[in-house]
Amino acid sequence: MGDLWDGLSQAFFLLVTLDGDLVEITLRSLQVTLSALVIASVIALPLGALLAVRRFRLRRVTIAVLNALMGLPPVVVGLIVYILLSRSGPFGVMGLLFTPTAMIIAQVIIIVPLIASIAHQALRELWTEYHDLLISMNTTHVQRMKALLWDGRRALLTASLAGFGRAIGEVGAIMIVGGNIDHATRVLTTAIALETSKGDFALALALGFILIGLAIAVNFAIHWLTQTEREGRW
Amino acid sequence: MKTLWVAFAAVMWTVQVQAEEMKMAVTTSFHNSGLSDVLLPAIRDDLGLEVQLLVVGTGQALRLGAAGDVDAILVHSKTAEEKFLAEGNGTHRREIMYNDFVFIGPKSDIAAVGIATSASDALQKIAASEQTFVSRGDDSGTHKKELSLWRGAGLNAETFGDWYRAVGAGMGAALNTAAGMNAYVMSDRASWLNFGNKGDLALLYAGDPVLFNQYAYIPVNPEKHGHVQHDLAMQLEGWLVSDRAKELIDGYQINGETLFVFNAVQ
Repeated sequence: MGDLWDGLSQAFFLLVTLDGDLVEITLRSLQVTLSALVIASVIALPLGALLAVRRFRLRRVTIAVLNALMGLPPVVVGLIVYILLSRSGPFGVMGLLFTPTAMIIAQVIIIVPLIASIAHQALRELWTEYHDLLISMNTTHVQRMKALLWDGRRALLTASLAGFGRAIGEVGAIMIVGGNIDHATRVLTTAIALETSKGDFALALALGFILIGLAIAVNFAIHWLTQTEREGRW
Repeated sequence: MKTLWVAFAAVMWTVQVQAEEMKMAVTTSFHNSGLSDVLLPAIRDDLGLEVQLLVVGTGQALRLGAAGDVDAILVHSKTAEEKFLAEGNGTHRREIMYNDFVFIGPKSDIAAVGIATSASDALQKIAASEQTFVSRGDDSGTHKKELSLWRGAGLNAETFGDWYRAVGAGMGAALNTAAGMNAYVMSDRASWLNFGNKGDLALLYAGDPVLFNQYAYIPVNPEKHGHVQHDLAMQLEGWLVSDRAKELIDGYQINGETLFVFNAVQ
């Protein structure tokens, strides 16, 4: 129990003094995860819409695979991305290993299936409502997808936020491909793993509380910026 | 939506200070000792060189070096290092410094490791009393050392019963496990002194010369991997064997105890 209180008070102290290292790794956590989130959303949301409006041969298989991949083990993704980006691997010449870019790539792979699955689920229901109207208006597939994506934006926000939640707390993959290098690829989760291994539970917990606070703050910020859950405009 | 993008752009905008950078894979025991926090700023001041550390086990460090993903490695497992060189992965091996391994265990010390006469004797006492022993089990330098010590004591770690727990984790995690199970464990002295969660554990045995732990520096072979920054790796080696490094390494203390002994041939 003592460690918990120490952790809380240390978290408070770090926040109040705006500790330089803390600010740096927090910003890097945000930078990596928000980049991964934007890229993954750009891929996954249209994919979810496509799966809702189009009927093609491998559609069921694709959906089943996407659903299964929601539980993709991050450490396996990390290892595969590591092997691909290693100097001895196929993309080694790009020199991306142990950079924030490598971490973004790994996180995109982890959260695309999650965002696409949730987006598809939400848009499928919307599509049953819109189906007759959009078909009778003789719209193209792209127009239908656009209509669904725009009108379903609130539900899609939830899909993206789920992806954000998975990515910001992820440690297995980014530890392998980022390497947890001080001042280069250290983020909140890898710093927590490091402090735990040093037996400094209070500092590890303090960073953990800050991570949780950050996740809450980002969720609030996105809700506020996109003006959801406000009176009169659900 | 526009404000969202502005907020995003603000986060993305991070200033990158461009100095010369190289990557070095080091062992967890070196980093957990805290010595790197003393050496790296000095290297930055003297050479203008930003050394990025990848803190991994010796096994993984050697893999990273062989794949050309780092420019140099600093590890402590002589046999594995010589194999690494024989395969043409490094240019040469330069001994820098040593520290020592110690045996940690519960204060009650049922196995009586505290009165052991040698490292072999200590291990035989643990095995005879079948007290829980936490092994790194991660193919690291420390793990390899531990296995060679068991062999030296005439015992085979593979035949041990349930009391021998291989956790497959770094030094800190192994110490955390040992603290949780109140078990015996072998650690390097630096990691132990810097460890914050000692619980009911204490240092029980140290001092046998067989427990000395030699660190060596190996630049990755530029003939095998054209992109490695061999010049920077050589600059760093020059610094690591200099009088300035000697002073910092020999002078580094935790709780008044010296941890590392500089022994590079200058």
